[in-house]
Amino acid sequence: MLSSVLSLVVLLSATGAAAVERVEHDYYKYHPMPEITDWMAQVEKDHPDVVTVVEYGQTYEKRTISLLKIGLNTGEEKKAIWMDCGIHAREWIAPAFCQYFVRQILQAHKTDPKMQEMLKNLDFYVTPVLNMDGYIYTWKDNGTRLWRKNRSPGPSGCNCTGVDLNRNFNATWGTIGVSFDCCSNIYCGRQAASEPEAQAVTYFVGSRKEAFLCFLTIHSYGQLLLLPYGHPNFTASNYNELMEVGLGAADAIRRVHGMNYTVGTSPAVLYPNSGSSRDWARMLGIPFSYTFELRDKGTFGFELPEDQIQPACEEAYSGALHIITYAHDKTFSGAVATAAATLWTMLLAVGVTGNTLM
Amino acid sequence: MATGELNPNHYPARRAAKVVQHYLNTHYGSPFRLFGLHNVQSGNAEDVADSGRKYQLEISVQEIISNTTENCSAEVLFLRGDQQHSPQVQVSCAELLKSNTAAQEEALFQKYKMNQSLLSAQNLPDSYGHIEPDNKPLWHLGIVASSSVMLKESTENTLFNMAQVAHITQLATENEQLKFDCHILLHEMVSQEIIHWKLLFTWSPPEGVKVLQMEQLPHCHHCEKPPNTN
Repeated sequence: MLSSVLSLVVLLSATGAAAVERVEHDYYKYHPMPEITDWMAQVEKDHPDVVTVVEYGQTYEKRTISLLKIGLNTGEEKKAIWMDCGIHAREWIAPAFCQYFVRQILQAHKTDPKMQEMLKNLDFYVTPVLNMDGYIYTWKDNGTRLWRKNRSPGPSGCNCTGVDLNRNFNATWGTIGVSFDCCSNIYCGRQAASEPEAQAVTYFVGSRKEAFLCFLTIHSYGQLLLLPYGHPNFTASNYNELMEVGLGAADAIRRVHGMNYTVGTSPAVLYPNSGSSRDWARMLGIPFSYTFELRDKGTFGFELPEDQIQPACEEAYSGALHIITYAHDKTFSGAVATAAATLWTMLLAVGVTGNTLM
Repeated sequence: MATGELNPNHYPARRAAKVVQHYLNTHYGSPFRLFGLHNVQSGNAEDVADSGRKYQLEISVQEIISNTTENCSAEVLFLRGDQQHSPQVQVSCAELLKSNTAAQEEALFQKYKMNQSLLSAQNLPDSYGHIEPDNKPLWHLGIVASSSVMLKESTENTLFNMAQVAHITQLATENEQLKFDCHILLHEMVSQEIIHWKLLFTWSPPEGVKVLQMEQLPHCHHCEKPPNTN
């Protein structure tokens, strides 16, 4: 009797210990930076064949910027999708979406043939929090929650901190929709790509620019899908296609929870701006470059309630997937269609000349 | 700037439509009735002599608490000139403004009147977007009061939303009204700035929200915390 009780106690404490080690990551709560970093390591550990954590830069405060590279290892150079979240520190729904996106594609990978095909053909590079210093700062206390910029010190003579990273990229830098007052929330920095966070993206994506089909940068709030360019005098060469695919994404979003997302260039639907990561990516030649502005339209703004994380992520996922699938199919199914067409042409030619093969 | 027929998805119509939201909240808002701009269906803009630009809009407006949406017609006149002028707004909606919140407002008003202590709350919503249910009416009052600031400050080059009620405190009064002092944070979308305002306002069901004093607070860039409101 006693030995069986003891065995039961030993068994319970063993399973208890194992259960305590792993706490399920709650995708419908906001997470501080250390939890996101731990989660990234855990995702890599759970999916070693598909996921790798890649370190690709440093913040001003010397934190390591990392992304999750997700895709089947085919041994070849693959086409790629870029997604970054949290360029602006206060937009907490954005990092939440990056985490959700990763979870979704890994789950779909198990069961959905289309996702399996895409993970074979593509690598996804997802940065859950780009502006880590800023994001950590917004967790400090009630007075810091609405911080936007990074945390680099102002130039000499200016008492304020931070550069707007989404005005700092080398794309018509410093021309419109910016301020040169270092206290401004749209301060573009002392020169293009002066900021280490912008440099990290510039170097990583820039050195692989031919690979990237899509560049999606996630923000809030406003419920918008923004196309390049932010400068009103420049039109993207594939503007019509970007608009069509963007409208398709907005339709996909609406089908999830009925929310309207407005599609258009920044100068048309929001305000002109320069130095955005989206514009830089498009100028590099990455064809499908969009800024997502997630929920809501101003009722809660940056402080979106946690009970809206799930619906916000579900609809945004639908929209992002629409764009990614389009870009993928344009690149890969096109080759299949061409091969099929060639085969038919050959068969018909043989049929016409008839007896040659008999 | 755009004149003639406007693209309803583009920002000139959308900024003007937001002003209509602020007008509706200022004049018709209450703890049980709040308006949000839902969609812009069509718009038209024309210059008015030397004095400004007039927008005519067909919009849909959502009453947030009852979650009903309705179409409204509105006119917004932005005045130019040396002095800072508030936009002038006219709006008509068929059913939206017909109040059936009188009973709830009276009940809340009496509940607050009979409270032994003065109400106080801060960070509505908090960092996680959360508001305690008991504080929701205070958040609503903050939205209504700040709407008069947002209405007054709006131009064709701004888009305002209230980001947070940093602090709201009930003050003692001699008369029938309830009186509040609050510190609110506005988000201005074009500049992306957070602008701090201090407001003194009264509320009673028959009078609605009346702002007695409003003062913009300088934002201390090197301070970590918002200015002390005590």
